[in-house]
Amino acid sequence: MSQVTLIYDGSFNGFLSCIFRIYEEKIQPVAILPVGEEQQDIFSERWEITTNESYSTRVLKGIQDRLSGNGFNKIKYAFLSELPGVEMQLYKMLDYMFSTNNKVEGDYSNPHVLKIAQIAKKVGREKHRMEAFVRFRLTRDRLYFALIEPDFNVLPLIAPHFKSRYADQKWMIYDQKRKFGIYYDLDKVDFISIKLPEDIGFSGANQKYFDIAEIHFQQLWKEYFISTNIKSRANKRLHEQHVPKRYWKYLSEKSPFA
Amino acid sequence: MNFERIKEKLNILADAAKYDVSCSSSGSKRKNTSKGLGDSSGMGICHTYTQDGRCVSLLKILLTNHCIFDCAYCVTRKSNDIKRAAFKVQEVVDLTISFYRRNYIEGLFLSSGIFKDPDYTMERLIQVAKKLREEENFNGYIHLKSIPGASDELMREAGLYADRLSVNIEVPTKSGLKLLAPDKKHEDFMKPMEKVKNEIIQYKQESKLIKSTPKYAPAGQSTQMIVGATGESDRDIMYSSAFFYKKYNMKRVYYSGYVPVSNDPRLPALGSQVPMLRENRLYQTDWLMRFYGFDIRELLNENFQNLDMEIDPKLSWALRNRHLFPVDINRVEKQLLLRVPGIGLKSVNKILQARKFRKLNWEHLKKIGISMNRAKYFITCDSREKELREYSSENLKQLILKNSSGKFRKDLSPQLSLF
Repeated sequence: MSQVTLIYDGSFNGFLSCIFRIYEEKIQPVAILPVGEEQQDIFSERWEITTNESYSTRVLKGIQDRLSGNGFNKIKYAFLSELPGVEMQLYKMLDYMFSTNNKVEGDYSNPHVLKIAQIAKKVGREKHRMEAFVRFRLTRDRLYFALIEPDFNVLPLIAPHFKSRYADQKWMIYDQKRKFGIYYDLDKVDFISIKLPEDIGFSGANQKYFDIAEIHFQQLWKEYFISTNIKSRANKRLHEQHVPKRYWKYLSEKSPFA
Repeated sequence: MNFERIKEKLNILADAAKYDVSCSSSGSKRKNTSKGLGDSSGMGICHTYTQDGRCVSLLKILLTNHCIFDCAYCVTRKSNDIKRAAFKVQEVVDLTISFYRRNYIEGLFLSSGIFKDPDYTMERLIQVAKKLREEENFNGYIHLKSIPGASDELMREAGLYADRLSVNIEVPTKSGLKLLAPDKKHEDFMKPMEKVKNEIIQYKQESKLIKSTPKYAPAGQSTQMIVGATGESDRDIMYSSAFFYKKYNMKRVYYSGYVPVSNDPRLPALGSQVPMLRENRLYQTDWLMRFYGFDIRELLNENFQNLDMEIDPKLSWALRNRHLFPVDINRVEKQLLLRVPGIGLKSVNKILQARKFRKLNWEHLKKIGISMNRAKYFITCDSREKELREYSSENLKQLILKNSSGKFRKDLSPQLSLF
């Protein structure tokens, strides 16, 4: 058996294609890496895997047959974490899963299953935080716009939530870090990639782009945030535990402009 | 919108509403089916947290802080010399919608001081909710306060627009109420609760037969009690609470550590410390009662009237019931597993699933995430090394305390915080 590093295009289908090839060719992967993150390794062969829809569909079915809907979500969530090495973690769990007939998702004493559950939990938390901390700012052309920089790639996960909630307004959430966004046009949600003006900023204060009344609503919200605090119960530690500082840039209630 | 004027009202009326601790936005089933605005079918979301660490999920305001009553514990009481203000119905509607569209909130929590009479006040609250639902096609969460003494007809109407209704009992005992809120009658609190309970039961029956039956308060009702204003024991408070859960099918009972708002001799003086630790222990007890299968009489009774502040109520119970332990983590039934100190609901489920695959040992349990410092004295597992168990309960308590670093430790041992 040869030792192989697999390189794929970074998509979920691409990753599943890798899994397919691993079993088809009976190889021992040492790493599974998205294009651009490869490292020189003179001891292993390097294979570039082309995403193949019929391969990935077969693997997908194999996984879904062996897990509950919830268990499958954990695989998807963990993949979207984009953590270095997560592909190998997933492979190890899948390999364990394919090697037994049990539903392994509850086998928390297996280190691979536990690891994936833990990563999925982190991604789930980030998803929930984005659903909470996104702040829309109304633009001059009546688009509710939000800029985010999530730790993990959660845009695909939060789209359904925002679609069912804000069905009667146009909105866009743009991931500044990954350079793509989701846009709802009153009918459907699309993934889009656009070039944002440099000075658009998180705050929604720039009146070149944002509705004149927008900043007033941010001020009202900030005012509310201050008024609702009970001073004699102050608990800064708890506050920062719930609202970690790295998210403050999204929040109108923390904005220096409001 | 006159932003300056609204800002001033918002200041006054949010400040006055903040002593209501409920901010839950979960448990409703209102879906956005007509391409309107909002959806409250999922789990609740805290959109931010106040600087005292409380969840901010709803726009929580009073319609007005004018009030004809003079309840000693209340900041809005008639005799208190404070700025008064009142929102117009449309102003609350506009504010709610503008905040909701920006993803600041899950919905509205509207309460009010009582002006003119209870029915007049309740009508205004209903108007806001009705406008939101019918004119704005709003499916977000609405929590309305039931005004004590409001008529049955109005309570019926309120539930057609609101997701949750609540009336705060505030003082856990009848005698306390007489002392602090002499204008209010105990029955005035119970009447709306009873009505709401019956309407919910009726809705559940009818909706089984006729699917289009209009929803009635799908997120149920809740209430709140002030803790530490009068001399009630923890047992008094939790027995009242158990009564409300049972008698009125409450979704939640909230406990609010009393924040001094006046220099009334009947109450703790201004500047007294808010009993936050006690509040925390009461919530833990509430959880044990609702999710861990405890009967309240096991946790608090004639011989044990107040909770131990140093340790959590489950550990405290376990130390009083050493004869039930240790349990074998690989065999014990769920009911008793739930009672092991240091093992929460999520860990219980993980253990139940994981032990189907192999016998669990200390290493597994640690990785699953149970709190070993407390749990290890109450369980055995598939490991040879075992914890010695000849400690007396008191020694064991001290040992656990010594090895833990709880968030309230500084409140308990003032001598350590000198330097």
